[in-house]
Amino acid sequence: MLVRFFLMLRAAGVPVSLTEFLALLEALKARVGTLSVDDFYVLGRTVLVKDERHYDRYDRVFGQHFKGLEQAFAALGEASVPEEWLRRMAELTLSAEERAKVEALGGFDQLMEALKERLREQQGRHEGGSKWIGTAGRSPFGAYGYNPEGVRIGQDGSRNRSAVKVWDRREFRNLDDSLELGTRNIKLALRRLRRFAREGAADELDLGGTIDATARNAGWLDLRLVPERHNAIKVLLFLDVGGSMDDHVRVCEELFTAARTEFKHLEYYYFHNFVYETVWKDNRRRHAERIPTHEVIRTYGPDYRLVFVGDATMGPYEIVQPGGSIEHWNDEAGAAWLGRLQRAYPKHVWLNPEPEDRWDYVPSIGVARQLLEGRMYPLTLAGIDRATRALNAR
Amino acid sequence: MSSNRFTGTARYVATDDLKMAVNAAVTLSRPLLIKGEPGTGKTQLAEEIAASLGRPLHEWHIKSTTKAQQGLYEYDAVSRLRDSQLGEARVRDIGNYIVKGRLWEAFTSDVQPVLLIDEIDKADIEFPNDLLRELDRMEFYVYETRELVKARHRPIIVITSNNEKELPDAFLRRCFFHYIRFPEAETMTAIIDVHFPGLKRELLKEALDAFYRLRDVPGLKKKPSTSELLDWIKLLLAEDIPPEALRAVDGKTAIPPLYGALLKNEQDVHLFEQLVFMNRRAAR
Repeated sequence: MLVRFFLMLRAAGVPVSLTEFLALLEALKARVGTLSVDDFYVLGRTVLVKDERHYDRYDRVFGQHFKGLEQAFAALGEASVPEEWLRRMAELTLSAEERAKVEALGGFDQLMEALKERLREQQGRHEGGSKWIGTAGRSPFGAYGYNPEGVRIGQDGSRNRSAVKVWDRREFRNLDDSLELGTRNIKLALRRLRRFAREGAADELDLGGTIDATARNAGWLDLRLVPERHNAIKVLLFLDVGGSMDDHVRVCEELFTAARTEFKHLEYYYFHNFVYETVWKDNRRRHAERIPTHEVIRTYGPDYRLVFVGDATMGPYEIVQPGGSIEHWNDEAGAAWLGRLQRAYPKHVWLNPEPEDRWDYVPSIGVARQLLEGRMYPLTLAGIDRATRALNAR
Repeated sequence: MSSNRFTGTARYVATDDLKMAVNAAVTLSRPLLIKGEPGTGKTQLAEEIAASLGRPLHEWHIKSTTKAQQGLYEYDAVSRLRDSQLGEARVRDIGNYIVKGRLWEAFTSDVQPVLLIDEIDKADIEFPNDLLRELDRMEFYVYETRELVKARHRPIIVITSNNEKELPDAFLRRCFFHYIRFPEAETMTAIIDVHFPGLKRELLKEALDAFYRLRDVPGLKKKPSTSELLDWIKLLLAEDIPPEALRAVDGKTAIPPLYGALLKNEQDVHLFEQLVFMNRRAAR
């Protein structure tokens, strides 16, 4: 029984290994918990799952595998009275009218039966893949709005410990971030860009150097100090704001937060749609305080790595035509400015929050990619990874 | 074995699943990795386990510069060099210059100790990997003195992490894991009861309402946590704020007094004030 559970966990993408499985058996043998399904649930989670992001997957597998088995557990331990409880909850939550309606439908028991029946059908239809779908709530049962599991979720609390189905509540749902890109993951992806160098004040004892110098000094102590190691990578971030980028604010914010904490030398500027002769640092005063792009190029040396973040989704003329900008009259085309920046910063990439498979349908992305000679990457973890490799190359 | 059961203490409210995790780790003597929002009592857990089981506590706080070796021992080559210049006799024995680390101290403890490795994610990525064998076999080798240090009693190891770095799989495989969830209102009431016994029901209810309302504000960079709530209540008591002052007349239009204890980020304060302002205007 447990072997199947173990295999199901693996199939669901929870990275459990044999060591952990054996540890679980060991824990069961040592009688760490009592013989109840709740204790087993918690114990299994403690031993098998090592990341809160996987809690939800564990909950799902547990629910699937032990569906109906809680009765068996209950027989081992104290007896449970879920029906009773359901009734009480219905009494608590239903209004007088609704209760009358329930009566009209043939009483509570029949209603629950019908509801279960309905749910079974719905699950059959909707359940695509491994996810439970809560659409069962769209039933004619008005105020219930839940599936039987959902109703039973309500059994929470200290009243009847043995029947609580914590896993059904799936409280860790939003911790599962296999699709989403969290700042932590971005930080890790950006970490590839680290390059340590010793710079600044010498305040760390150089043991090897000291011994060497002392030996040369005929045994008289000669202390040597070196500066501490720092991440010496310098990053210049150009962020597209406004317009079509509004859809991507969240992911850009995350990237920005991650980059801010990861790099000591990080400079950032904003632009709208494409880079022209000016950029700005403060979006609230973007019209008042503009900084010439030339000045940026003069200020930061070619050892900076340049990262554009933008969806590059606009009219192609905004890139290739002088005066193409939608905000102001630009004497030179955006392409010329991009070229200047590219020459000033040989190590550059463009991160695009639009999904990669849509790039081919947007002409301006095609133009930008051509100008960038393929150095455009999607703003996903894998994309950032590829981008950091490109920035490190050469 | 019954003496080895952790059941929470008078000062610390542990949920059932946390107790189970601790007991599993203690029984099978595996390290227990604890994660959770900042301020949910991760570090305190180790102290409470030690207090509840009556064991000595060894704490090892990790910083970004901490190396795994420092937890085992350090060879103080510089003092030995200096002593040799002064011609001291103790120079002969290299053992005089081996400085014991936290792990060594815990390993040689007479009774089974509790060892807290705090904020392991602050260290370098390689740090957990360097401790694999030590945590697994509970032994290490001192090269300078050719001596094998073995744990007399496998310590109860509690490791906390704030999720700043991903921990390596090989390391995770050796640990048990528990994620401390943010307590719901019921547990929170129990926690506050423990810290402020005899707090007026009314004030407590209003404070909790205001607190959870604040936590529900979308887009906060740092949501207030348990420890901040406790600080805030302490302040409320010190300032003798009446419960009425906390009551929001129509839900969202009042700024709770002394909210500086709850919001620690100027952007959050700004966001919150703006929201309240907007709500007020809408209410008019």
